[in-house]
Amino acid sequence: MREEQLLEVIERYLNGEMNAGERSEFEQLRKENADIDSRVIEHQQFTGLLKQYGERVILEKRLNAIHQEIDVHALSEEVMVHPSWIIQLWRNHHSKISVAASIAIFAVLGTLFFTGYLNNSSYTELGLKVDRLDQSNQKLTKTISALSSGPKKSVTPDKYRGTGFAITSNGLIATAYHVISGADSVYVQDASGRSFKAKVLYTEPQNDIAILKIADTTFKNFGAIPYTFKKSESDLAENVFTYGYPQNSPVYGDGRVTSSNGLNGDSIDYEISVPINPGNSGGPLFDNKGNVIGIVKAKQTRLEGVNFALKSSYLLDAIENIPSDSLNKKPVLNTKNALANLTRVQQIKKLQNYVFIVKVY
Amino acid sequence: MSKELKSTTPTDSEIVFGILNNSESAIKRLYVAYFPMVLQLIINNNGTQDDAKDIYQEAIIVLYNKIKKGDFELNSKLKTFIYSVCRRLWLKRLSQMNRYGGDLHDFQDYSPVEDEVEQQAERDIQFTKMQSALQLLGEPCKTIIEDFYINNRSMQEICESFGYTNADNAKTQKYKCLQRLKKLFFQQK
Repeated sequence: MREEQLLEVIERYLNGEMNAGERSEFEQLRKENADIDSRVIEHQQFTGLLKQYGERVILEKRLNAIHQEIDVHALSEEVMVHPSWIIQLWRNHHSKISVAASIAIFAVLGTLFFTGYLNNSSYTELGLKVDRLDQSNQKLTKTISALSSGPKKSVTPDKYRGTGFAITSNGLIATAYHVISGADSVYVQDASGRSFKAKVLYTEPQNDIAILKIADTTFKNFGAIPYTFKKSESDLAENVFTYGYPQNSPVYGDGRVTSSNGLNGDSIDYEISVPINPGNSGGPLFDNKGNVIGIVKAKQTRLEGVNFALKSSYLLDAIENIPSDSLNKKPVLNTKNALANLTRVQQIKKLQNYVFIVKVY
Repeated sequence: MSKELKSTTPTDSEIVFGILNNSESAIKRLYVAYFPMVLQLIINNNGTQDDAKDIYQEAIIVLYNKIKKGDFELNSKLKTFIYSVCRRLWLKRLSQMNRYGGDLHDFQDYSPVEDEVEQQAERDIQFTKMQSALQLLGEPCKTIIEDFYINNRSMQEICESFGYTNADNAKTQKYKCLQRLKKLFFQQK
């Protein structure tokens, strides 16, 4: 019963129900007895917490009652940030859209791949186009440095090169149009290293043909051309070879005619299996007997060993088409083949003097 | 991005003095005035209407207690205070649910209110303990304790409503109930 009485006293004390005498008596007791003092504090805190808890419950009830009166749905609609319909569409359906888009891309790429359409992009002309850009860049740099460091003579290296070959003994040379397109000046260099200035006499860009004429006072004559030009079409699987200048020294390559049509069935070209490189462009393609049957023009980057050469009949047509006023007399093509019965080594020896490096500046 | 929220907003001092004077309408006006702002914050940041209600009520209680304690400074805006508390509470809630994407879509200015929110969280823990202790206490103890300590009813009234033959029995009963409640309360972790 002692405890219970103590609690009652504490409560009376805390509630201020004591008279002055009792109060001072109890306060004295609190001071003397630490145990009673801590009991008072503990009780005060605990009942205080109870009280606050009660107030909180009531406040929450009040707030809930107020909340009931608010039309939350209508308000939500109002305050919701509605992104534009396209964003909503994306948010709601982005997974589906992504899947659909990937399928579409696959389908398109697949179709393009299987129909061979994509091959177009892999068709590169056998030119050193990048080199060309690079060189023009270098030229610019040089011009700038020349401007800043005063006049200074420098030897310009050739910007671009290809191969060409003689078609008449008086100095007509055939090459590919893309080799000389955009040229400031053109030089040809023979196997012994002699260089002649040449001018572009006639071009047929659509067939990638260019005819050059040596315009150098030191030039006299090539001598008799050892090979002839084949007018008819060569057969499939016929053994063929090329001779050209992908680098400074000549390179020989052989293979076969693998198709009588070029890229995408283009009938002006042969497809050949001769390994060729940039710089071979414009070079001659010979058959076994040493007849010129085509002009090397391009390779396909994707596939190894698939290269193209323009059929010689188009070259013959181009020679025919040279305007007569740009020539003193009509070009006369060689009709006597001096290579027919020779071994390949001997053939090369004979024809090497008629194949040139075409240098473009 | 933020939309203008239309409502007749009471002035801050109206609210503060209203709450200090226990005015029912002051709380109501306060509640109605800023709920849309908080709803906007919550539902545009991965929350539901119920989340908005919980968070908002908690913030109102924080504000209420702060005003009652007399340490709400009128120079800080009520609106900013409520928004900041709600924002803080919601960030906490989001990270507890692992739904926090690292970036909150804000609609208002806000100020740091970490202390208030932490104090509130501690008090909430105490209240939750008290609530479950009262629940475990059972009847008639729960009602006796609530009537006496919360609703300020006299022992005489309690004695009558429970039909005790004399006030001493009721006092003894109340004493036992309180002892049990304390035990239940402090036993909880």
